[in-house]
Amino acid sequence: MTAQHSYWQLFTSVYSKDVTLAFRQRSEIVNPLLFFLIVITLFPLAIGPEPALLKRIAPGIIWVAALLSTMLGLDKLFRDDYNDGSLEQLIASPYPLSLSVLAKVFAHWTITGLPMVLMAPMFALLMNLDSQALGATVLTLLIGTPLLSFIGAIGAALTVGLQKGGILMSLLVLPLYIPVLIFATSAIDTSSMSLAYGGQLAILGAMLAVACVCAPIAISSALKVSVS
Amino acid sequence: MRITNLLEIKSVTCTKQERCLFESLSFSLEAGQIMQIEGPNGAGKTSLLRIISGFARPDEGEIHFSGQSISDNYDEFAAQLLFIGHKTGVNGQLTAYENVCHWLRVHGCHVDKRAYDLLSLLGLVGLEDVPVRTLSAGQQRRVALVRLWLNNAKLWILDEPFTALDKKGVKQLQTRFAEHLAQGGAILLTTHQDLTTHFTALKTLVLEYQF
Repeated sequence: MTAQHSYWQLFTSVYSKDVTLAFRQRSEIVNPLLFFLIVITLFPLAIGPEPALLKRIAPGIIWVAALLSTMLGLDKLFRDDYNDGSLEQLIASPYPLSLSVLAKVFAHWTITGLPMVLMAPMFALLMNLDSQALGATVLTLLIGTPLLSFIGAIGAALTVGLQKGGILMSLLVLPLYIPVLIFATSAIDTSSMSLAYGGQLAILGAMLAVACVCAPIAISSALKVSVS
Repeated sequence: MRITNLLEIKSVTCTKQERCLFESLSFSLEAGQIMQIEGPNGAGKTSLLRIISGFARPDEGEIHFSGQSISDNYDEFAAQLLFIGHKTGVNGQLTAYENVCHWLRVHGCHVDKRAYDLLSLLGLVGLEDVPVRTLSAGQQRRVALVRLWLNNAKLWILDEPFTALDKKGVKQLQTRFAEHLAQGGAILLTTHQDLTTHFTALKTLVLEYQF
């Protein structure tokens, strides 16, 4: 049998496996989204439904909620593959592990990040964000959530070998999430003041570009350490 | 003519939890040879296989494949390696067919109808499209073992391949071993049962439990 090496084939195979699995256990897709919705609906109930106040705190709440709900699925990102031995098979495949990892992170983003980006306009409405800030919210989420998946995957890869790595992973990952949070909320704030927010977006984009290149290498090294 | 060693283990030492599993272990495996590693539970059979597969690093020593160190040329080694461990890499949520297809693509092979033929050869007719977790332990093992028929790796490293298999399955597997050896492959396996088929090129390595 002839083996014809195709990076694209590997990428699509790993990606479609993870997405298929997520659709078989739909809670993986629904849970983060539901969590996102619950946090956003609870805040106005708790602090009072004054439109001006909600508008002021909306960027922060939306982003904190997005950040926490991304973390919900992170622990599972490599856990199943670690337990059933698929991870060893990926390491022992003729392809670079960083490519498989890139596919897995992209699948994680499709499952948790993308639905949030799509639902963001509705959530922004719940928080009385005006239309200028709405565009900024969607854009920052679109650039920011893949970044969250990349950074989170490094933590998940480091802790996959531990029995209860969840808390350790949060401790590792949360400090790295803070720059993303600062620039994203600052972009939404700026846009609600009708100012240009291209600068903040550019920095987020730069961080994403660096993460795209460097994170898969870090993740695959971390996985190799965890498996050994 | 000197036959080149496919795999060479050069004075490998492994220590776990301050217990030395094996020290300065050296052996080699030529193309066409099968090696059975024996030893009591906890003697370090799985650790040795994981070191040879490159998942773990030995405390001392080196592994050479086709004359090259595997840590330097891991990708080339991986292309020639088929590893099936205790954890078989079969996903319980996916069906047998999906598992086989995923595995084929990850190893750069074509997905064709042979996946179905092989599943039926291994007695999984009618079970191709149910989630693997609903199958019995032996059937799950068979799904993992389909790989042995669908690859062109030279070196097979199998950790307890006969676990949960019935007698017919064990026999079928050994027939496949013989085919692989005849094609110039090499097999390294651990098992507690003796092989029922007689292999002329069988080597045995016994690991003692060390305190």
